[in-house]
Amino acid sequence: MQEGEIPTLPRGVRLHWDRVRETWVLLAPERAITLDQVGHAILSEVDGHRSFGEITAGLAAKYNAPQEQIAKDSAGFLGALRERRFLEVS
Amino acid sequence: MTTARPPIAMLAELTHRCPLSCPYCSNPIEMARQETELATQDWARVFAEAADLGVLQLHLSGGEPATRRDLETLVRAAREAGLYTNLITSGIGLTERRLDALDQAGLDHVQLSLQGTTPEMADEIGGYRGGFKRKMQVAEWIGAIGFPLTLNAVLHRRNLHQLPRAIEMAVEMGARRIEVATVQFHGWALKNRDALMPTREQAAEATRIVQEARLRLKGTLVIDYVPADYHSDYPKRCMGGWGSTGLNVTPDGQVLPCHAAQTIPHLSFDNVRDKPLSEIWYEGAAFNAYRGTDWMPEPCASCERKTVDFGGCRCQAMALAGDPAATDPVCIKSPHHVDLQARAEAHAAADGAALVYRAAPGKAPEPAE
Repeated sequence: MQEGEIPTLPRGVRLHWDRVRETWVLLAPERAITLDQVGHAILSEVDGHRSFGEITAGLAAKYNAPQEQIAKDSAGFLGALRERRFLEVS
Repeated sequence: MTTARPPIAMLAELTHRCPLSCPYCSNPIEMARQETELATQDWARVFAEAADLGVLQLHLSGGEPATRRDLETLVRAAREAGLYTNLITSGIGLTERRLDALDQAGLDHVQLSLQGTTPEMADEIGGYRGGFKRKMQVAEWIGAIGFPLTLNAVLHRRNLHQLPRAIEMAVEMGARRIEVATVQFHGWALKNRDALMPTREQAAEATRIVQEARLRLKGTLVIDYVPADYHSDYPKRCMGGWGSTGLNVTPDGQVLPCHAAQTIPHLSFDNVRDKPLSEIWYEGAAFNAYRGTDWMPEPCASCERKTVDFGGCRCQAMALAGDPAATDPVCIKSPHHVDLQARAEAHAAADGAALVYRAAPGKAPEPAE
């Protein structure tokens, strides 16, 4: 993920509160991925408008953590989703 | 009794009616007749019960689900219940107008089956002339609306050579995923092993093609692969473990741990007409019969893989070893393994076997419009 790239959840992929298991999940075609707090925090910022750099800067401010570390973790997480076609990047 | 966790997925077999008659159909030999099918409001109630139980993914299947004229209403009811809706279809019976209505109803995803990559192959296997042409039209409409698409290519000895083209077609259609599914021998397929069993060489070639395509198409197309079962050394992790992740509701409301479970004679099944889904899932006799690992005899009981594949497929153990608690004969640790491999070779070498097409449940109407 480059700083200027804009991640988007494509049609058919959405965040969902699993009220039975009391956790956030990412619903995608024939898949449900349980999200931890970090995963949910990152995906909550993905709105199809803001760039990867803006998202990680926002998270760094919000959680008072170094942006570099957040960018590294987020890139790995989002990259894995992208490979599975659960995330698009423009 | 094992403490069960909530199920993630439910397969709703809305009907056993289908315009196609594929010789590997997973529907049971004894099919539910139209007049016994659950009504719209029954299904809506079951969807709500499923969501309350913890189901996230709903697979709307059949037969051909588009044969149900209330499909759009059912999708809406499922979305209102909070379920992710996946339509598993041959495409036959879908029109541009119906797809628009499904879009309006909130359908999340379409899985389109592929019987072959040419009209000649697809129409022969599906037993429905003009089916391939129609399917290609439906694929275009799906793409135009923008539904996420998975192509489900069902492969066997007669069409495995078309695998590379099937992968190309998935890319051309804009599918995000292709399921490369080698026929599993349950239901009607069990009658067609002589006609459909791949050769060992074909099975190995398919694995090679999939591995190559996965690397080449990384980030473009996800490839899920179901290898040729009889030629494997370890059994499939059937249903992710019996009664652990998924359940299946038949057109007439019976709740099964897997779609072939009715082939196990000693099991009895509850019906959504009589009991809440949650009671059936947690307390039903059929679900508890092979849940967890306590039921396992040797060699499964002491096997290090027992929570990897849960002893394989119970229905296959029934069909091939005559005992639903036996180790799946695909497993190298099964006393039936050597015999099964020999039988697989014999089936694969049976030249000229005619296809036995699946029958229709009672009267089969023409597809809508």
